[in-house]
Amino acid sequence: MSVVLVGTSHRLAPVEVRERVALDREGSRELAHRLAAEGAEVVCLSTCNRTEVYAVHADPDAAEALAADALSATPELYRLRDDAAALHLFRVAAGLDSLVPGEGEILGQVKVSYEDGATGPVLDRLFRQALHVGKKVRAETAIAESPSSVSSAAAALAQQVFGDLDDCRVLLIGAGGVSELAARNLASRGATIGWVASRTLERARELAERHHAEALALDDLPPRLAEADIVVSSTSAPGFVVSAGQVSARKGRPLFVIDLAVPRDVDPAVAETEGVYLYDIDDLEAVVSESLSGRRREAERAESIVEQEVARFRDWQASLEVVPAIASLREWAEGVRSGELAKAEGRLGRLSDSERETVESLTTQIVNKLLHLPIVRLKQAAATDGPGYVDAARHLFGLSEEDGRAGPGRNPRK
Amino acid sequence: MVELLIWPALIAYGEAAVAYAGDARRPGRLGQLGTWGVRLGWLAQTGLLIAQVAGADGFPWGTWAGSLNLFVWLVVSAYLIWGCKPRYRLLGLLVMPLAVLLLAVSYAAGGIGESGDSRYSTVFLVAHVGLVLAGFAGFTLAAALAGLYLWQERLLKHRSRSILRFRVPPLARLDELAGRTVLVALPVLTLGMAAGFARVRDSSDLDLLIGLTLVTWLVYGAYLALRYRAGWRGRRAAYLVLVGFTLVIALRLGLPATHFA
Repeated sequence: MSVVLVGTSHRLAPVEVRERVALDREGSRELAHRLAAEGAEVVCLSTCNRTEVYAVHADPDAAEALAADALSATPELYRLRDDAAALHLFRVAAGLDSLVPGEGEILGQVKVSYEDGATGPVLDRLFRQALHVGKKVRAETAIAESPSSVSSAAAALAQQVFGDLDDCRVLLIGAGGVSELAARNLASRGATIGWVASRTLERARELAERHHAEALALDDLPPRLAEADIVVSSTSAPGFVVSAGQVSARKGRPLFVIDLAVPRDVDPAVAETEGVYLYDIDDLEAVVSESLSGRRREAERAESIVEQEVARFRDWQASLEVVPAIASLREWAEGVRSGELAKAEGRLGRLSDSERETVESLTTQIVNKLLHLPIVRLKQAAATDGPGYVDAARHLFGLSEEDGRAGPGRNPRK
Repeated sequence: MVELLIWPALIAYGEAAVAYAGDARRPGRLGQLGTWGVRLGWLAQTGLLIAQVAGADGFPWGTWAGSLNLFVWLVVSAYLIWGCKPRYRLLGLLVMPLAVLLLAVSYAAGGIGESGDSRYSTVFLVAHVGLVLAGFAGFTLAAALAGLYLWQERLLKHRSRSILRFRVPPLARLDELAGRTVLVALPVLTLGMAAGFARVRDSSDLDLLIGLTLVTWLVYGAYLALRYRAGWRGRRAAYLVLVGFTLVIALRLGLPATHFA
């Protein structure tokens, strides 16, 4: 039973091609179950960056044809099998195939596609392991920890100063889109938008209402600067909106100032005040650039985790080859044992119950001991020469042909 | 037996110190190796202390060198409370080199050998030496927290582009933890000092070490008063913790002759 993957992604096709085969959640589920009706295990993963069909079937060529047919709206498809397919899925789950390495959304999307798929033993194992890989990579590397945009870098830096942002009050200076984006990022991490100041009070009110904040005129800034924990400034003013004299030394809590404006809104001399940390747009872009290169470094570590997991999956898949042979070998041996005991029934009739139990136990132990080493060898050889050993076992013990290598049965999920 | 345990402890602590230095340059697996070094070293040193207790008649760390050995164990134990968490690993940058240095000094000065008969009772030594050293161990951890605070604060002030590369606790958390650690350690030191003063008969029992311990107590007392009454936080508070810590080190290393003579 081979794993087959047919799909397209942002690495291969532009958005106008990807959108032709993109599916919503219901469409993915419907496609998976429709293809599963042909006797395959199927999972369909569709996100804004990729649409992929994973299938397992006794005839991999047929499975590939089915999947390719489902995605026939684009000729730009990749086709991968077994180890390569597992490697690809594990990299996807780990965020290594994403535009921003390590982004977290993809893991949830893989989980949803798995839950909606028509899985059997192989895809069940493959996707469970993919989810495990995704979590492991994020736990053991820092790939998902660093920000990938200026506004998320500003929020991450604020957290580096204050930790929990729940008690932090934010002063927004400027009511434009840049301010709002930064505000949203801070609010999503628990900060409260306390005030919005703008040259035109009307615009300040609009944004303040959306965040249940207080609107201010720029003239009213100084007292609020003393109360705020975080200041985000992004106006189009030609000069400084916040001067060094307006910011006094912080005795208790620090002040984190994010200046996103060009030309700058905040006098750089503000940074010399004790307890005040000032980051302008260039500083934030440098942090983002460093953090993205950090993600790439962490990606190298993540790749080695993924490769280890692919090897584990390969071993598991190979072990499937020998499981039926081991089961029938045990069955054959038990048949011999119980048959010989039945033949000796006349001579054993005089034994007491406890003596009979002893004979049962003794013969079972002999059979187990005789089978132990061959079974261990079969399992060990599964990853390298499983079929050869299965053939040898069948030949040596006279097992029937169908006992040799049976594939797993399909078990579609509801 | 005792000789056999000192080397694994020293080697494991040394490995941790080197690994943490590497982790500060390039965060990642080295940090995990460092943490394992601390754990293994701590187990070896715990075994060493148990062997010393088993082989001694009374309190085995009554000498200056012996007390250094116990001090290192208390410092590493205090570090392990936080240091196993990835974000707090880099506290080991200060703690582990110090542990290696002091344990080596203790070994060289005979701190793991037999301790001679003491004129003090075991109960007194446990109360006095044990509590004073536990207080000093708390100050050492507070110094590591303050050091990490100042390092990170400097990165933030200088707008270092690599600030987010390091997995360290937020500034506010480091500041708060340093304060709380001193808040716990100072009463412990006070109890230990009180036990010592209870044995003072006349002025000939007083020495320079006692005087310096009092100064240390005053520095940390002032730190707590300034922090919780005058609102001192951040850089100034961290510097004050480090001033107190230099006194702790002077006490531990510089003045063995007076008090232990």
